[in-house]
Amino acid sequence: MRYTPHTPADKERMLRTIGVAAFEDLIRHIPAELRQNAKISLPPGLTEVAVKRRMAALARQNASAQDWSFFLGGGIYHHAIPSAVDAIISRAEFATSYTPYQPEVSQGTLQAMYEFQTLICQLSGMEVANAGVYDGASAAAEAVLMARRIQDERHRVLVSRALHPQYRQVIATFLRNLVDVELVEIPFTESGATDPEALARALDDRTMCVVVGYPNFFGVVEELAPLRSACDRHGALLATVTTEPLSLALLKPPGAWGADIAVGEGQSLGVPMSLGGPGYGFFATQKKFVRSLPGRLVGETVDGEGRRGFVLTLSTREQHIRREKATSNICTSQSLCVLASTVFMSLLGKQGMRRLAEVNARRAHRVRERLVKEAGLAPAFTGPFFNEFAVNVGGLTERSSRFFEKRIVPGIELSQWYPEMRDALLVCVTEMNEEEEIDGLVRTFTAR
Amino acid sequence: MSEPSQRDNGRGPQPLIFESGSPGRSAFFWPEEKGASEIPEALLREEIAGFPEMGELEVLRHFTRLSHLNFSIESQFYPLGSCTMKYNPKVNEVAARLPGFALLHPLLPPELIPGALGLLAELETMLAEIAGMDAVTLQPAAGAQGELTGLMLIRAFLTERGNPRKKILVPDTAHGTNPASSTLCGYDVVQISSNKQGIIEAEAVERAMSEDVAALMITNPNTLGVFERHIQAIADTVHRRGGLVYLDGANLNALMGIAKPGHMGVDVLHINLHKTFSTPHGGGGPGAGPVGVKAHLQDYLPTPRIVKNGERCELREDFPKSVGRVRSFLGNFGILVRAYTYMISLGSDGLEEASRMAVLNANYLRKRLENTYFLPSPEPSMHECVFTDKNQQKNGVTTLDIAKRLLDYGFHPPTIYFPLVVSGALMIEPTETETRETLDAFAEAMLSIAREAKEEPAVVKSAPHTTPVGRLDEARAARRPVLRWEPGGSD
Repeated sequence: MRYTPHTPADKERMLRTIGVAAFEDLIRHIPAELRQNAKISLPPGLTEVAVKRRMAALARQNASAQDWSFFLGGGIYHHAIPSAVDAIISRAEFATSYTPYQPEVSQGTLQAMYEFQTLICQLSGMEVANAGVYDGASAAAEAVLMARRIQDERHRVLVSRALHPQYRQVIATFLRNLVDVELVEIPFTESGATDPEALARALDDRTMCVVVGYPNFFGVVEELAPLRSACDRHGALLATVTTEPLSLALLKPPGAWGADIAVGEGQSLGVPMSLGGPGYGFFATQKKFVRSLPGRLVGETVDGEGRRGFVLTLSTREQHIRREKATSNICTSQSLCVLASTVFMSLLGKQGMRRLAEVNARRAHRVRERLVKEAGLAPAFTGPFFNEFAVNVGGLTERSSRFFEKRIVPGIELSQWYPEMRDALLVCVTEMNEEEEIDGLVRTFTAR
Repeated sequence: MSEPSQRDNGRGPQPLIFESGSPGRSAFFWPEEKGASEIPEALLREEIAGFPEMGELEVLRHFTRLSHLNFSIESQFYPLGSCTMKYNPKVNEVAARLPGFALLHPLLPPELIPGALGLLAELETMLAEIAGMDAVTLQPAAGAQGELTGLMLIRAFLTERGNPRKKILVPDTAHGTNPASSTLCGYDVVQISSNKQGIIEAEAVERAMSEDVAALMITNPNTLGVFERHIQAIADTVHRRGGLVYLDGANLNALMGIAKPGHMGVDVLHINLHKTFSTPHGGGGPGAGPVGVKAHLQDYLPTPRIVKNGERCELREDFPKSVGRVRSFLGNFGILVRAYTYMISLGSDGLEEASRMAVLNANYLRKRLENTYFLPSPEPSMHECVFTDKNQQKNGVTTLDIAKRLLDYGFHPPTIYFPLVVSGALMIEPTETETRETLDAFAEAMLSIAREAKEEPAVVKSAPHTTPVGRLDEARAARRPVLRWEPGGSD
């Protein structure tokens, strides 16, 4: 049988050693009515060749970025991934090891996690970062729960309506069971940024934190300075959520604006889109809040001979020690995706990250300009953006099929989350959108 | 040049990426883009201080050398109890990397991804069949997120019936995530004691049961590797008082074709695809924690749900009773593809054989070690068995020492000091993919360590002796946390 190496002779010998006549003797203590109905009714197993054919056939039915032109962002981004990234994360020493509970034989994973924590601090401008959480959305929800731990006498959370809609949904799901927390949404202005006046009005001394996207769901770069001062007037924490962390190689990072908590989705840095998962959530904060952090942390220490080594640390925050008093129930850190990002950021390095971010920003601006000038589309917002932007396009559904015939997916319809934005399309442009694709996009919009 | 060290031959501590490279170096080539970005100057940053500056080979060598410092399933036997460290088949990796899966954007219109949605719908059906449940959500990103999701379903179900209730009963043998998830769902935790044999009796549940109890969370087989043989009576007790039964499916690898949770009175369970269904652990994720429910809970499942409409699959949000969304998009799709690949590779027979051989391997190791190591529960073992250091403590040798000494023998240690109900636990889960020869070699190492514990305990107590670093000072790491590299030395 595949993957089980037991020969008939092995089985017989092992049963004899155990001292039973047949395998059934080992499970006889399980109630009979459970055993009798346990048969699994699924098709028989397949050869590896047949498995590959079937998987390839299923994969071929989907529109992938290999054959289609995607202008899709909205939290997941199609970027170039150097071959070296997959080569490293495919290494069995990384892929088939467990959480590094035995540090003496896990220094590879632990050191890479420590390097990742440092890279996230450098990129976000924050003082400490954990080793990763499930995804950007749960990072946002955990950020709110962390703010609640820090300010447990406060009961209001203000979330920008320009934050990723699915992230807002996940935050709402997490808070629904904590009766004492009120969730308030703050509108956005015509710039596409959080309305600072509405925020100032909603802030009060019961507000534990304010959560905004940076850049936000519309791709707009929020002005964090006024939001920071507004929070300060009421002692609220400021949490930023970044779904496109490549932008932080170009933009002033959350730490530079005084964010208390900076989280986001890390997929854009070296992890394939894979229908939105797995990626990972990154989670950074200031030193004074380190003991309220959720998730894994790796720290530096030494062995008996004074050699540097790394261990999981401050685990008294975590569920396996603290059980019901833990800071979170989270038990994994999406470690292999985190490793992919660590390798990605190391390969691109200081100059490469900046260059790639510039390419994205300039190309996206060029595309928006062409859509306005050549196709006559109107930008939906006036605020500055990084690599995605919303434009108003009339009669979208009718046009969708025209794009699909050309194997173009021109953007994300915003009306599914913002009913008032009936005609708006969120268009994302990355280095993967070549000139030819861009011409195709502009032409199809022009030919209406 | 000074004496060569382990750092030089790649078998010892390595420099950090921040301590290597040279200013101006990069492994990335992309021509400068024409045009400008129009982002106001005030919003732009300086260069990222401290970021690496290395060439491609330099980066690869760094991470390849780091990889050599790890134990892993493919290089060492890894009998880590409760973690199901089985072989992670290569064909799964090939499948997940197909462009038609890896290069899909999650916000594509459903009509452009029929293959992906069809796969997910079929995976839900297969998991429901194996577990004996009626409906499944694939959205939770991990076991712990599955637990939280399952508890949210329970809460929503009870709330609709007028009272969400206040407490969750959790056995003392449970994983730490169970109580943590309960708290996160707004419940208080009441611990249930297991009996001398390490299992839960219906009477213990009856005593703790009241109209305040929302659910019992139970793991079966439990973390001692013992089947909770009273589970049906326990479930009846909980149901009689209006509570629900949650099964932590971490140990499903013991049950495929042997017993279905859905027949035990379980209302909701989560399944760890990275355990039973062979997806790689990745040094701590990503995994996936699908949740299965009986029909009475299916209206509460997270949205969007994948609904079959004839041949086509749709993503539907119109479930007003749903607990909402627990993760962005559709969950850890790449992991779901791997688990699906594994399941169609093995089929019914292969999956059933996997569980049988997992049980056989564990019982074999138990037999080989039970005269030397103390076995706290006399109950039959399923897919794992738990020993303690009681016999070795006489010579001052502890579970930690035994674990560290195993590293010198080239084996990853079992899970240690868990479950908490026995002192000095060594929890051994060999899984079905190991040969008899490997089990014998491991048993010999354990017996040899027991001999050393008697004859030369100092060797065991000072282990490991052959690893890239020795025992690390964890107290120092926690007392004065250094959590990042900084230029000019960490502060």
